[in-house]
Amino acid sequence: MATARRSNLLAVLLSLLILVAALLVVDLAASAYIQRVVMGLGISIILVVSLNLLNGFTGVFSLGQVGFMAIGAYTAAILTLPISLKSVNLPELPAWLGEVQAPFLLATLAGAILATVIAFLVGLSLMRLTGPYVAVATLGFLVIVQVILINWDRMTRGARTFSGVPPYTTLWWVWGWAVLTTYVVWRLVRSAYGRRMMAVRDNEVAAQALGVSVMRARLLAFCVSAFFAAIAGSLWAHFFTSFSPKAFYFAETFSIITMLVIGGMGSISGSIVGVVFVTLLSEILRNAERGINLGFLTIPPVYGASQIIMSVIFVLAIIFRPKGLLGGRELDLGRLLPGRNRRAEAESRAVGGDERPS
Amino acid sequence: MNTIQTLIQQTINAVSIGSLYALMAIGLAMVFGILRLINFAHGDLIMVGSYAALLSLVLGAPFWAAGLIGIAASTIVGLAMERVAYRPIRGAPEVAMLLTSFAVTIFLENIAILIFSPTPRAFPTPPILSGALEFGGLRISAVDVLAILVAAVVLVLLTFFIRRSEAGVGMRAASQDLLAARLMGININRVIVMAFAIGSALAGVVGILWSIRVGKIDPLMGFYPVLKAFVASVIGGLGSLPGAVLGGYVLGFLEILLQGLLPSSLTPYRDAFVFIILIVLLLFRPNGILGSTEKEKI
Amino acid sequence: MLKLEDVNVQYGNVRALKGISLEVGEGELVTLLGANGAGKSTTLMTISGILRPRGGHITFEGHDLARADAYDVVQLGIIQCPEGRRIFGGLTVLENLRMGASRRHDRPAVQADLEWVCELFPILGKRLYQTGATLSGGEQQMLAIGRALIARPRLLMLDEPSLGLAPLIVRDIFNVIQQLHSQGVTILLVEQNARQALQIADRGYLLETGRVVLSGPVSELRANPEIERFYLGGSALPMDGKHPAAT
Repeated sequence: MATARRSNLLAVLLSLLILVAALLVVDLAASAYIQRVVMGLGISIILVVSLNLLNGFTGVFSLGQVGFMAIGAYTAAILTLPISLKSVNLPELPAWLGEVQAPFLLATLAGAILATVIAFLVGLSLMRLTGPYVAVATLGFLVIVQVILINWDRMTRGARTFSGVPPYTTLWWVWGWAVLTTYVVWRLVRSAYGRRMMAVRDNEVAAQALGVSVMRARLLAFCVSAFFAAIAGSLWAHFFTSFSPKAFYFAETFSIITMLVIGGMGSISGSIVGVVFVTLLSEILRNAERGINLGFLTIPPVYGASQIIMSVIFVLAIIFRPKGLLGGRELDLGRLLPGRNRRAEAESRAVGGDERPS
Repeated sequence: MNTIQTLIQQTINAVSIGSLYALMAIGLAMVFGILRLINFAHGDLIMVGSYAALLSLVLGAPFWAAGLIGIAASTIVGLAMERVAYRPIRGAPEVAMLLTSFAVTIFLENIAILIFSPTPRAFPTPPILSGALEFGGLRISAVDVLAILVAAVVLVLLTFFIRRSEAGVGMRAASQDLLAARLMGININRVIVMAFAIGSALAGVVGILWSIRVGKIDPLMGFYPVLKAFVASVIGGLGSLPGAVLGGYVLGFLEILLQGLLPSSLTPYRDAFVFIILIVLLLFRPNGILGSTEKEKI
Repeated sequence: MLKLEDVNVQYGNVRALKGISLEVGEGELVTLLGANGAGKSTTLMTISGILRPRGGHITFEGHDLARADAYDVVQLGIIQCPEGRRIFGGLTVLENLRMGASRRHDRPAVQADLEWVCELFPILGKRLYQTGATLSGGEQQMLAIGRALIARPRLLMLDEPSLGLAPLIVRDIFNVIQQLHSQGVTILLVEQNARQALQIADRGYLLETGRVVLSGPVSELRANPEIERFYLGGSALPMDGKHPAAT
C-alpha cells in the first residue's frame, strides 16, 4: 500500500510538472486561439469537477451549477470594474460599491463566498429533495438567477452587455484554480465526508440508519460545488471581459453536463477526460461549421451543426457507454480510493447488470 | 370594470392558461409515470406542431386541416423520439434519461433553427377565433374559450380511457409498478408507445392553441412551456395524471395572481416568484400536492 | 416441463447464480429453499425473463427461454407471483385480477375464472371494488396469487408467499397452494420458511450463494442434517455477504 501510494504520488507530481511545462509552451509560443481553448479547458474542468462532486459522488442531480457561475462572474466583475467605467455603465450602483475597485483574487473570492452563502441558504431547502424534484428545483434556481440578472438593472445592466471587465485571467490563474479544485474535490471524496456523500448517494435510507446526516452531506457538496462554480465564473468573466446573462443559462448547463456524463459521473479523472474530449470535439465541429474544403468536395457552412452533432453523440454515449468514457472508474488514482467497492455496487445497481430492458 | 368583473375576468384567464398547462403536464406525467423519464423535449413537440401547421397554412391548407397536420406532426416526432432516443436507454438511471431528453431538445431546436431560422414568424389566427364573447362588461377571447373547451373534452375522454379501457388500466398498472406489470405480461412497449402518442398529440394541440394566443412562433418556443408544464406536474405530484391537471390549473391561477398582486416594479420577476413558491411547496410536500407524504419507498 | 441447466446470472458485478440446474415436472410442486441472498429470487426473475442468463440453458416445454422477453415468457404460461406481492395499489381488486388476464383472450372463460378465484379467496370477492392499497398483507398476498391464477398459468412461480404474514394467514395460504397442487397446477415455490414448504412439496432444492447444494424428494430433504440446521433458526448468512439479489 505504501509503495502504491508513493508511486502514485510520483505520478501526480510528474503530471503536474508536465502540466506546467505544457502551460509554459502554450503561454509563450501558442496562438491566441490555442490559448483560448486551453483557457476554456481549465475553466470547464473547474466547473465539471466541482459539479461531479454534487451530481456524481453525492447523487444530487443539480441543474443549477451555472447559476452559481453567474453569481461569481457578476459579483467579481462588479467589484473589479474600474471606477470610471462604473459611473458610465452602472450609474445607479450603490455608493459603497461605486467607489470600490478590488483586485482580482479578492473579487473572485468575494464572488465565491457570496455564492457559497447563497448555496447554503438555498440548499437548506433544496437538499431535502431527491431525484427529479431536486432537478426541477435547481433548474428553478437557475431560472431565478437568470430572471434576477435580467431585471436587476442597477447592478447588472440587465439584459444588456456587461463590458469593460479588466482582463485579469491568465492561463496560470485558470490552471492554478483547476489544480486546486481537483485537489480539493479529490481529498474530499477520499475523506470521511466523501464516504458519507457516496453512502447518501447509494442508499439514502441505509445511510441514515448508519447515522449519516443526509442533509449535511448534500449541503456540503452543494456548497463546495457552488464555491468553485463561482470561481470559474469569475475567471470566465475576466477572460471574455464582456457578457450578458444569457451566457449563464441553459446552453452552458447542457454543455457542462455533457462533459460530466461523457467523462463519467463519480470519476474525477473521468471529468477531466470528458472535458478535454468534448471541448476538442466541439472545437473541431465548430470549425467544420464554417464549411470544409476537401479539394474535391466542399461541405457548405452549416451553422448550428456542431450542436446537433454533439447532441447525437451525447445520446450515443448514453446508450453505449452509460458509465462514461472511463467506465465510471478513475485513472490510476482509482486504486487508492477507499470507496471503490461501494461504487462498483452502485454502478451495478445503476445499470442493472444483466437486466433486460422492458 | 369593478372588482367582481376583474375577478371573473382574471379567473377565466387563469382557467384558460391553466388548461394549456394542464394538457401539457398530462403528457409529461404519462411518460414519467411509466418510464420515470422527464421528457424535456416535450416542449419541442409544441414547436414541431406549430411549424407543421404554419407550413400547411402557407401551402394553402384550410385552418382545420393545418391544425390536424400540426397535431399529427407532433405525434410522429414524439413517437420517433421514443423509438430512437428513449427505448434504447430504458433501464438506465433517471439521470441519464433526463440528460438524453436535454440532448433531444438541443437536437430538435437546432434543426429547427437550421431549417426555419431563429427569427420568429407570425402565426395567423383563423377568422372564427379572432372574435371575443362580450357580456356584462367582460371580454373573453374566442381562443380562451376554445382552450377551456378543448381541455374539458380531453379530460373527459382521457378519464374514460384511463379508468375504463383495458389499455388505460394497463397504463395505470405500468406506472404503479412496472416490474409487476411486466410479470403479468402487459405489453410494455405498447403501453409506452401509447403514452407517448397521447402526450405528443396533446402537445400538438397545445402548440396550435399557444401559437394562436401568442401570435408568433420560433424554434425555441417550447422551452418555457415545458418548464411550466414541468412545474405544474411537480406541483400536482409527478407521475400522477390528476396531479398534472390540478398542477396545471394551480399554476395558471398562481401566475395570474402574481401578475395582479405584485407591484409593477416586481412583475418581471414573476417567473422567479413562481419558482420560489414551487420550492417552498416542495419543502412541505416533497411529492407535490397529490403525491404521497411518505418518503419514497426504496 | 421446466429445465434449467448450468445457469449463470450476473447482477452487476456480482455473480448471483453460479451454474444452477433444476427441473420441474408437470404437476409437481417443487420448492426452492435457501437463506436471503442465496439466489432464489434471482432464479425466478431469470426464468421470467427479467434477468438474462450469461450461460446455461433454460427450456420450458421445448421452448428456449434464455433470450426470451418477459412478455414472451408470460405468453408461454409461466406466471410469477413476485416477492413482496407487488400488487397494483392504486387499482381495485377487480382491476388487479383483470390485469392478470393480460395474456388471455377468451373473455367468458376469464369471467368464469374470476368467479373461481373469488371462491378460492372469498375475502377478495368481498373487496372487489376496493383499491389494493387498502388490503391487509395477507389479503394482498391472496390477491397476488389470485392475479397470477387468472392468467391460467402452465407453471406458477411463487416467491416467498409467507413473507411478513402472520402464522394463521400463512397456514391459509399454504392450504390454498396445496389445493392448487392437488388440482394439478405445476408450482415452483420459493421459500425461506422451509418447514411449511417441505410439508407440501414433492421435491426441493437448497440454494446457497448461487449454487444448488442439495436436491431431492422431500422425504430425503427432511431427513437431512443440513435442513435441520435451517429449521433450528440458523438462516446462515451467505458467504460473501454481498448483494442480496432478492431485494
